[in-house]
Amino acid sequence: MSRSVISVENIGKMYRLGEVSTGTITHDLHRAWAKFRGKPDPFATVGIANDRETAGGDYVWALKDINLDIKEGEILGIIGRNGAGKSTLLKLLSRVTAPTTGRIRTRGRIASLLEVGTGFHPELTGRENIYLNGAILGMERHEITARIDEIIEFSGCAKYIDTPVKRYSSGMQVRLGFAVAAHLECEILIVDEVLAVGDMAFQQKCMGWMEDMSAKQKKTILFVSHNLDAIHRVCSTGVIIENGELAYQGDIDATISRYLTNKRFDQQNLLEKTKGWGDGQVKITGLQITDNNGEPQTAMTPGRNYVCELSYKVKNLDLLPINGITAAIDFTDTLGNTVLLINSDTDDDILSINHAEGVIKARLSDLALAPGDYSITMYLGQSGLTTFDCLNNVLSITVSGGDFFGNQHPGFAHQCKTLTRSQWSIQADDNV
Amino acid sequence: MNNNSHEQWTQEITPHRGWLQVPVKEIWRYRDLLYLFVKRDFVAFYKQTVLGPLWFIIQPILTTLMFTLVFGRIAGLSTDGLPQILFYLAGVTIWGYFAECLTKTSTTFSDNAHLFGKVYFPRMIAPLAIIVSNLMKFGVQFCIFLLVFAYYWLNGMVQPNLAVLWLPYLIVLMAAISLGIGLIFSAMTAKYRDLRFLLTFGVQLFMYATPVIYPLSAIPAKYAVYIQLNPITPIVEMFRYSFLGVGGASAGSMLYASIFAATVLALGMIVFNRLEVTFMDSV
Repeated sequence: MSRSVISVENIGKMYRLGEVSTGTITHDLHRAWAKFRGKPDPFATVGIANDRETAGGDYVWALKDINLDIKEGEILGIIGRNGAGKSTLLKLLSRVTAPTTGRIRTRGRIASLLEVGTGFHPELTGRENIYLNGAILGMERHEITARIDEIIEFSGCAKYIDTPVKRYSSGMQVRLGFAVAAHLECEILIVDEVLAVGDMAFQQKCMGWMEDMSAKQKKTILFVSHNLDAIHRVCSTGVIIENGELAYQGDIDATISRYLTNKRFDQQNLLEKTKGWGDGQVKITGLQITDNNGEPQTAMTPGRNYVCELSYKVKNLDLLPINGITAAIDFTDTLGNTVLLINSDTDDDILSINHAEGVIKARLSDLALAPGDYSITMYLGQSGLTTFDCLNNVLSITVSGGDFFGNQHPGFAHQCKTLTRSQWSIQADDNV
Repeated sequence: MNNNSHEQWTQEITPHRGWLQVPVKEIWRYRDLLYLFVKRDFVAFYKQTVLGPLWFIIQPILTTLMFTLVFGRIAGLSTDGLPQILFYLAGVTIWGYFAECLTKTSTTFSDNAHLFGKVYFPRMIAPLAIIVSNLMKFGVQFCIFLLVFAYYWLNGMVQPNLAVLWLPYLIVLMAAISLGIGLIFSAMTAKYRDLRFLLTFGVQLFMYATPVIYPLSAIPAKYAVYIQLNPITPIVEMFRYSFLGVGGASAGSMLYASIFAATVLALGMIVFNRLEVTFMDSV
């Protein structure tokens, strides 16, 4: 049984919303007075759970009652929607800010990579920036000097190492920053979405490095990412943070499937409350995917036909009738790439909304998606004029089974997420 | 969890830090960072401006010329019989260090928000680096002063005395007072932004409450008391006395400045240290 290296007890973090400067002095005096009389913080009581759909309240709990015990050598994946509190947790762990309640105890040096290349100065050379960045991350001079050749080599910027960083491409800056971070002396590593920057080759390098850190050097890693594939590849255990609370904790497979089911169709009623980007004059209120017989589906099968039913509600009735409606539905894979997109503009029929509520139907024939999990983005707007509502990755669906190719071949889902049938033959060259 | 493992925790993060828990050891461990910050400031300044470090020199020289013209020639303020240029240059040089340190350290949090928001290091490093970088700048400006001073000395117009040995101590006092006040203000400007304007303005006004453009001896006795309450007064007067032989501060007022410096520095460190852990939420 390995010992725990991070122990998080009842951690909570409360933030103040809105203008920081408005009424702060009054509030602070108020607080001080309450504290002086031994009363609880008067503003703590109005804090509400971090739910982006709920408005109101001056204070918000970005995190509440988090308890975690992380063992040595554990690679923990932290997943959750944007604003769920993942980054706040990492900030607390890396001491960027202090918690409002609870305590965190740790064993060993922590290196936190909330960003790569923090503190790079454009006027300094690559080499000078390695020293500066290394020192900011807590390395001592002699430690950096001992590793400088390795760092330069790892960054692949050897040729330009004595050139000011402002002449570097953004990719080179990221590589240089990452190279410094990769050579930190530490027992615990905190990585926040750094893989999101940089090209494919760089991302692969980072992933390889993380696997190496865990496998060979037995480091404990906390990894936040929206890239479920990456999480799945690297992590052994996972937690889901939802609205500032720990919603689930378990091994990584269970965590990911739990996270995906959380966004399933039984949560549809949330759609109407979810604020998308767009002016909101017409709101998307639901999505139903049905088969040929009109039966609602919770999963899809390659090669079958479906009808996607997008329900809407017109908030501003003065707009009626609305002509030239554009509706679209995107399917995004776990790497974040949109792999399938259906858009009403590609169809000859022009859509108009004449009633306050209704359903827009899209017939989708011969689904050409490889088995896997996809998240769905919905869009509703008036062609070329305005966006009414756009909900990014709010639902998810699993595609599985079926016989797309008609010969029981499963396809190559790990290489490509779309399917196309192809006929092959060989023709001999008669001239030989 | 058994009791043994309990003792092995190397760090504990709690909502608050004790008032007196200044992480001196940690600050010392990060001394390389302080050096690198100073170097960064210097190199960046040098590379980004056309005239480079010449600015360090141009600024006090132009200020001195302006003061000479306005206060010396037009207003005809007393300089205790000293050459006006030298008198104002002395004041501008020493005051400049204080003012620069104070205004820069007071905005530590907003200036370093991008760093503080991403990485932890003892926040105190940033204001300390400002004090040290400004010391380098002061060094350059002091050399200019020495050149001008040497000219007048060789012409027998001024006579330095042994009090110049006080100089390092005067600089330490200046640094301590500006750092102390700066730290206290940095705690406040992080939360209440408008205070930084108040401070910049306040520093300008404060110069007139300090014998920079006039000697203390030219102040009527009933006002001199107030001017002497200003802890910078004995420092500026002492600086001028040691090089130019006019003015001077009593042992009592030097002691007063020293006690003030120690107190304000301790207070600043305590406030800063107590609040640094959650500052980033309000910036």
